[in-house]
Amino acid sequence: MAAPVAIVIGCSAGGLTALEILFSGLLPILPQPIAVCCHTGSATVDLMCELLARHASMPVVEARERAPLEAGVIHVAPSGYHLLVEPSRRFSLSVDERVSYARPSIDVLFESAAEAYRDTLIGVLLTGANSDGAEGLARIRRNGGLAIVQDPADAESPAMPMAALDIAGTDHCLPLAAIAPLLNRLCLP
Amino acid sequence: MNKPAGPVRTTDTALEDIEVELFVRALKLRHGYDFSQYAPASLKRRVLQLVQSQQSGTVSTLTTRLLHEPGFLPVVLEGLSVPVSEMFRDPDVFLALREQVFPVLASYPQINIWQAGCAHGQEVYSLAILLEEAGLYERTQIYATDFNESALRHAQEGIYPAREAQLWSRNYQAAGGRHSLADYYSARYELIKLDQRLRRHVTFANHNLVADEVFCEAHLVLCRNVLIYFSDPLQDRTLALFRDSLVRGGFLCLGTRESLDFSPAAADFTPVNAPLRIYRLGSRTTGVD
Repeated sequence: MAAPVAIVIGCSAGGLTALEILFSGLLPILPQPIAVCCHTGSATVDLMCELLARHASMPVVEARERAPLEAGVIHVAPSGYHLLVEPSRRFSLSVDERVSYARPSIDVLFESAAEAYRDTLIGVLLTGANSDGAEGLARIRRNGGLAIVQDPADAESPAMPMAALDIAGTDHCLPLAAIAPLLNRLCLP
Repeated sequence: MNKPAGPVRTTDTALEDIEVELFVRALKLRHGYDFSQYAPASLKRRVLQLVQSQQSGTVSTLTTRLLHEPGFLPVVLEGLSVPVSEMFRDPDVFLALREQVFPVLASYPQINIWQAGCAHGQEVYSLAILLEEAGLYERTQIYATDFNESALRHAQEGIYPAREAQLWSRNYQAAGGRHSLADYYSARYELIKLDQRLRRHVTFANHNLVADEVFCEAHLVLCRNVLIYFSDPLQDRTLALFRDSLVRGGFLCLGTRESLDFSPAAADFTPVNAPLRIYRLGSRTTGVD
């Protein structure tokens, strides 16, 4: 792939803890914007942003429609909406049908980001109990981007990483603790 | 570090983009429906879903059918509008309408409400119920509009899957409902049908935000989760349309994740309840009252 310009991350069951661990390992000087889709049962992601911000060395905000993806900022998909990246590299939202029973859906974020960033996108798929994200990760790889999947043996819920390995394959399959160091290495200029 | 090799197919997304563009062009030239100003990412997703549901194989096949097959247009429009909603979706918003907006509306002898993009009508009936309970419905006229004829027909029928009723009842209670939602519908088999008396002050009409103009003088415009599908120029056009449709001091209610911030129309509105996206026409300096 070319030099990475953006990072998208997807997770479901067990995702909050996994994200906390991942973000606590990321260097604060990463120049890439990060967009996160984490399935949640709550009506808002305010609390999730707050909890993640305690572990991240960069700001964590809810992604807003029409707003650009900002460098060095972690954007979290709002609850109840699909989060998409437009070709203009700004966010948009949709309330279309659930995908794999989920809204926000990881596939929707990954597939749209794959179109917008092509071979400059890194997709990271972590723990989860369904198969959301697998198609999206496949799209990222087809467009020349790079895939990182949490080792199912290391994941709180292995179903999602397993489905991704099955459907999309991956460029890296790692325990959670090794993912932040890899991102730091790949992403620093 | 292990690097499992996986199956990687190759597709040409650039080709797909060309196909989608031709499809959108065909839809406009052949049938007059212009989707060129929709936000491209979600539009493309919907077109590709249509390819799947129609088992068309490629977008180009859809385009051919769109050009040559009589009766295919409604299928396409239904696929591209994907009307998904609930009754009293975001109950806080309906509670705020009841508590912050209705008391002002009550001062008008005749109340006009425009619900733009009413889709299958869940919010129209929600609104009618709230107005009924506030004692305002007898002097209210609701214009419920959509560009999709089959959605409008669906909205008029007011028939929905019974499995939704539980969530909608919870929403209704959270919105400050005074009775039981079940008082407003009858259930049969797997379906519920909303009390058709709720429709007595509703006019369902075809109106396309992309192309059509102001048609009423409204005291409240509700348009939730429609603008998110539009690109900037179309969002701006639509917000200007709402502004020109509202009486001075009239209310605008958008989806809770929609924003005026990026639009020139922001200057014309004052937030009434910013987190819930309820605004009022008129700036603070000129006064709205």
